Amino acid sequence: MAASTSTRAPSRPSDALTLEKKVELYYWMRLTRSLEERLVNLYRQTKVVGGLFRSLGQEADAVGSAFALDRTKGDILSPLIRNLGSMLVQGAEPLEIIRQYMAKGDSPTRGRELNIHFGDTVRGFVGQISHLGDMVPVMAGVTLSFKLRGEQRVGMVYVGDGATSTGAFHEGINFAAVQHCPLVVIVENNGYAYSTPNTKQSAVKEFKDKALAYGIPGIRADGNDVLATYDVTRDAVDRARRGEGVTLIELMTYRRKGHAEHDNQSYVPDGEIERWEKQNDPIDRYVRVLLEELQVERKELDAIDARVIFEIDAATDLAEQSPAAEPTDALNGVYAEPASVEPLWYRAGVRSAVEKNERAAGWGTFNG
Amino acid sequence: MAEITYLEAIREALFEEMERDGNVFCMGEDIGAYGGAFKVTDGLMAKYGENRVIDTPISEAGFVGAAAGASHMGMRPVVEMQFIDFISCAYDMLTNYIATARYRAFLPCPLVIRGPSGGYVRGGPFHSQNPEAAFLHTPGLKIVYPATASDAKGLLKAAIRDDDPVLFFEHKYLYRRIKEEMPAGDHVVPIGKARIAREGKDLSIITYAATVWKALEAAEQLEKEDGLSVEVLDLRTLLPMDDEAIIATVKKTNRVLIVHEDTRTGGVAGEIAARINEHAFEWLDAPILRVTAADVPLPFAPPLEDYVLPQVADIVSVARKLAAY
Repeated sequence: MAASTSTRAPSRPSDALTLEKKVELYYWMRLTRSLEERLVNLYRQTKVVGGLFRSLGQEADAVGSAFALDRTKGDILSPLIRNLGSMLVQGAEPLEIIRQYMAKGDSPTRGRELNIHFGDTVRGFVGQISHLGDMVPVMAGVTLSFKLRGEQRVGMVYVGDGATSTGAFHEGINFAAVQHCPLVVIVENNGYAYSTPNTKQSAVKEFKDKALAYGIPGIRADGNDVLATYDVTRDAVDRARRGEGVTLIELMTYRRKGHAEHDNQSYVPDGEIERWEKQNDPIDRYVRVLLEELQVERKELDAIDARVIFEIDAATDLAEQSPAAEPTDALNGVYAEPASVEPLWYRAGVRSAVEKNERAAGWGTFNG
Repeated sequence: MAEITYLEAIREALFEEMERDGNVFCMGEDIGAYGGAFKVTDGLMAKYGENRVIDTPISEAGFVGAAAGASHMGMRPVVEMQFIDFISCAYDMLTNYIATARYRAFLPCPLVIRGPSGGYVRGGPFHSQNPEAAFLHTPGLKIVYPATASDAKGLLKAAIRDDDPVLFFEHKYLYRRIKEEMPAGDHVVPIGKARIAREGKDLSIITYAATVWKALEAAEQLEKEDGLSVEVLDLRTLLPMDDEAIIATVKKTNRVLIVHEDTRTGGVAGEIAARINEHAFEWLDAPILRVTAADVPLPFAPPLEDYVLPQVADIVSVARKLAAY
């Protein structure tokens, strides 16, 4: 895969980005990586509950694609587990992310859901579920509502290479295509679905070719090049906003960490991870672009790094002080009406089911 | 006002709700230009156009998921399953995504999934199902299954106005067999309230959908031949279940027969029996009995289907046993 950024078309959407905006792209990628590194520390301190999912090496595809949406126009995306960067761009805050991972009572889901599984349609991101591919039909419906109401809004949905094998992916993208919904479907090709390599996922060589089956354009781009990602996504977003329907974008990237922190990546060929780290790290690559092509000064990037750490420190301090989830809150909000489920009779008047809530070290997944 | 069928009552509810609220729109297979396999949506596209009456690909998971997405944005989708048997294709969307959305993500899903259900029509294993029990187990969903034309209309209107996802089962055996004059005005029947279809004092039959009519026929026969006064409770809504009405009839007659067309094991009757056990055990003078379909896929041939499904004679004989206990 081409790691070069030199084969650019003469006129690209990113040419219209100000230098300030281009530097902002760096901020979002750095924030994503540093925030995840902080979560790893918290995980090792057993303060994170449940699994920890990294997007190390995929920050450019998440940030560059989300940056192509227009938040002032009410665009909405639905992220996947490796799209922390996309959510941050849409306005999710580090404090919310840390509270989620620490299962805090004032986290966005009040302890109902894990990790980055949360949303806010006002800021423009819809919370994902674990069933891969399911968000494609959901975002087909979100964007169908834009079309039905004549709104100039665009939706974007992320799936991985693995989710393209699901029925939901097929049904959702086909429905969106036939209805000409203003939807951009991003397939993040990071090489693996948990441990399963692409060669065992699909017989197609390039996931972009799946677009042919839906009568929509399919485009492949270098997902570790944040500007290239922005360019290709921005074109698709503009196309959707013009009423020209769905685009499938395959972003080539690489998952340098396991499926989650417990995964020792024993299935990865020797040297593969190191090669991507050395030769194709999206942040390293973009730093070179900023310093060498765009003449940004090193100290400006250093200042961003310091700002990111400051923000994450502040968020961590606040999250640590957050209260635990309130047990009886578990009974609220299944329905609009009735607003609460009655406690089981043997729980009536009981605030907590056990004296101490054990923090399981894992879900029983292999930790070797 | 003229009498209309159960099917026409459903259609009337769709027209009235689409007229009332511009956010209501319909999706489903062949519902637009063709008017639906049973013609429930006949005329809807002519009046409201193809933006509000959408013919979908054969993609139950796709368009149920799309309904969820549209409902998050304030739309009120009404989705037709061509036959309710196909709802299983959208099981993941309904149980994992839609039912949990409000709880886990504070995302409302005000949508309705409706479709022709049930047997007695020689439809075979895939056009006769009663899959309500498969969803009874899912917090976050509501389940409605009307037995009369006016309930069909009023409950569908309530379902469309409800802020949560409602599965609306329509019994296809009843579609064109029963007729009723609709109450005047904006007729809305509240979700979650059972209805006493027949007053009685000796024993109670708790049921819903097409077997309400079987129970009423049996009650008539039991009164004539045995002098028994049988109460028939039509649940109308299965989720949330009207515990108050169930317990009230138990306390009134002290003998309970639960009847449903669905298969026996894991069926709705088991849940009702458990609730009575928990809340009114000491009011019972006899064990709770069940008349249900046998635990087999529903066969097609008339002698087989009639053998498997609950019949009036079954209800009569079991009710006699219960009364004599």
